[in-house]
Amino acid sequence: MTRLSPFNVVSLTLGFVFLYVPMLILVIYSFNASQLVTVWAGFSTRWYGELLSNDAFLDAAWVTLRVAVISSTIATVLGTMAAYVLVRGGRFMGRTLFSGMIYAPLVMPEVITGLSLLLLFIGLGLDRGVLTIVLAHTTFSMCFVSVVVSSRLVSFDRSLEEAALDLGASPWDAFRLVTLPIIAPAVISGWLLAFTLSLDDLVIASFTSGPSATTLPMKIWSSVRLGVSPEINALSTILIGLVTVGVIAASLASKHAALRAKRDEQAAARAA
Amino acid sequence: MRRAVLIAVPYFWLLALFLIPFAVVFKISLSDIALAIPPYTPTAKDGIWTMLSQLDFENFVFLTQDDLYWKAYVSSLQIALISTVLTLLVGYPMAYAMARAPEQWRPTLLMLVILPFWTSFLIRVYAWVGILSGEGFLNQFLLWIGIIDAPLTILNTNIAVYIGIVYTYLPFMILPIYSALDRLDGSLIEAAEDLGCSRIRAFWLVTIPLSRNGIIAGCFLVFIPALGEFVIPSLLGGSGTLMIGKVLFEEFFSNRDWPVASAVAVILLLILIIPIVLFQRNEQKQVEDGS
Repeated sequence: MTRLSPFNVVSLTLGFVFLYVPMLILVIYSFNASQLVTVWAGFSTRWYGELLSNDAFLDAAWVTLRVAVISSTIATVLGTMAAYVLVRGGRFMGRTLFSGMIYAPLVMPEVITGLSLLLLFIGLGLDRGVLTIVLAHTTFSMCFVSVVVSSRLVSFDRSLEEAALDLGASPWDAFRLVTLPIIAPAVISGWLLAFTLSLDDLVIASFTSGPSATTLPMKIWSSVRLGVSPEINALSTILIGLVTVGVIAASLASKHAALRAKRDEQAAARAA
Repeated sequence: MRRAVLIAVPYFWLLALFLIPFAVVFKISLSDIALAIPPYTPTAKDGIWTMLSQLDFENFVFLTQDDLYWKAYVSSLQIALISTVLTLLVGYPMAYAMARAPEQWRPTLLMLVILPFWTSFLIRVYAWVGILSGEGFLNQFLLWIGIIDAPLTILNTNIAVYIGIVYTYLPFMILPIYSALDRLDGSLIEAAEDLGCSRIRAFWLVTIPLSRNGIIAGCFLVFIPALGEFVIPSLLGGSGTLMIGKVLFEEFFSNRDWPVASAVAVILLLILIIPIVLFQRNEQKQVEDGS
């Protein structure tokens, strides 16, 4: 399976051109001096300056960051618990319903989730703001965390946990000292996934936020509706840059960790 | 005891913030509109019997009387279906080529597919506005190489919506298919070829059926969210693009008719129940096959 046919090469090339050219154009034209976004008028960083002096954008970015950090952290704890229950919990009453509630939010259209949460918050008389967005984001992102973590839990050797229990560890110690270190990479990627989903969300945040809290995607949406603007191109470039650096750093770190694990294994094999 | 706590915490969280909200939506879809805030008159105050006697299906009747909603459901289904097929046609060859690529390239290729997924959805849709518009980059390019004489109108049509959905949902199609193909045992294809199958026949008879779970998962991951999509039809589609997500959003925020918006959501949910259950079964089966 390791010989690429010309057809394979062509489909990969065209596919990646399709995926990357739109973003590349966005990045290039964020350095355009002209107000007209489709006409090149020389290099300039003017739009970055205007963006950074725009308080409304900075406030929105701060709200978004707070919501994302809090909601992804709670979602990671709840999602890991849910994954553990699904994979290791055995049978319990309402298990089917539980697994349905984990998988359904993954594909549920955002307009439905947003509308239903808003009507619940109004029914409860909760003031809409940062708190309600955090509750909403935690709910859908914990399901993503749970799917990521449970795929890792399924694949690892259960006898390691059993050995710890046999040797007298309490279930909590077995989880903390054996299971958690093994599933840690999945827990971390679950957190990152929850964090990005929260940063990215427009529809659910629009439904669940009140006048006191505007998130960055909501701010972007209100200016994008009026057409293409160079300030948004600059903002997009900053976000794309941050994500690229983050993803590359994460993949280098995991490669490094894998190499180290391999070295340790070889050393152990030599010692034995 | 500890196990009960472990189960109860995520369970009740999801019950309270995922399942109960649907009950609220359902209830409000059966209430009357009133101009107070919240703009509906609650129908469940004095016990279940009065509530049941006061239920009215007015909002659902209204949905059947107005052409707009009916057309929006049909055209959403159509758009979601066509875009799912297009995404499969673009995604399968890519996933296939990735699975055949040399081992040391695969992590990089996988990262290149995942990277756009981490980037803001809104920004990726927005990027196409500048490309597809009348004086956008695509038209400039096509005019320059001389394929067309006059700019094409693509932005604000359904074609732009298809492009937007394929573009943003492509990673969701590629990843499950890739993981199915990656697990596929290459010797099965060699066996088919040794037994006289042509390469293309071996592909149809062996590779496609063995990657079926990946194809199913990918199609659901694209089809279900695309059906309720709001951002893509609002930014790239035109006034002629009817999609139910957009109708619901406007019903709620512009017309402020909450009971009708809730009725629209209830029907969308009913349409989605079958694909969602099938998707969940497929995922569950794969988790269990893995263990």
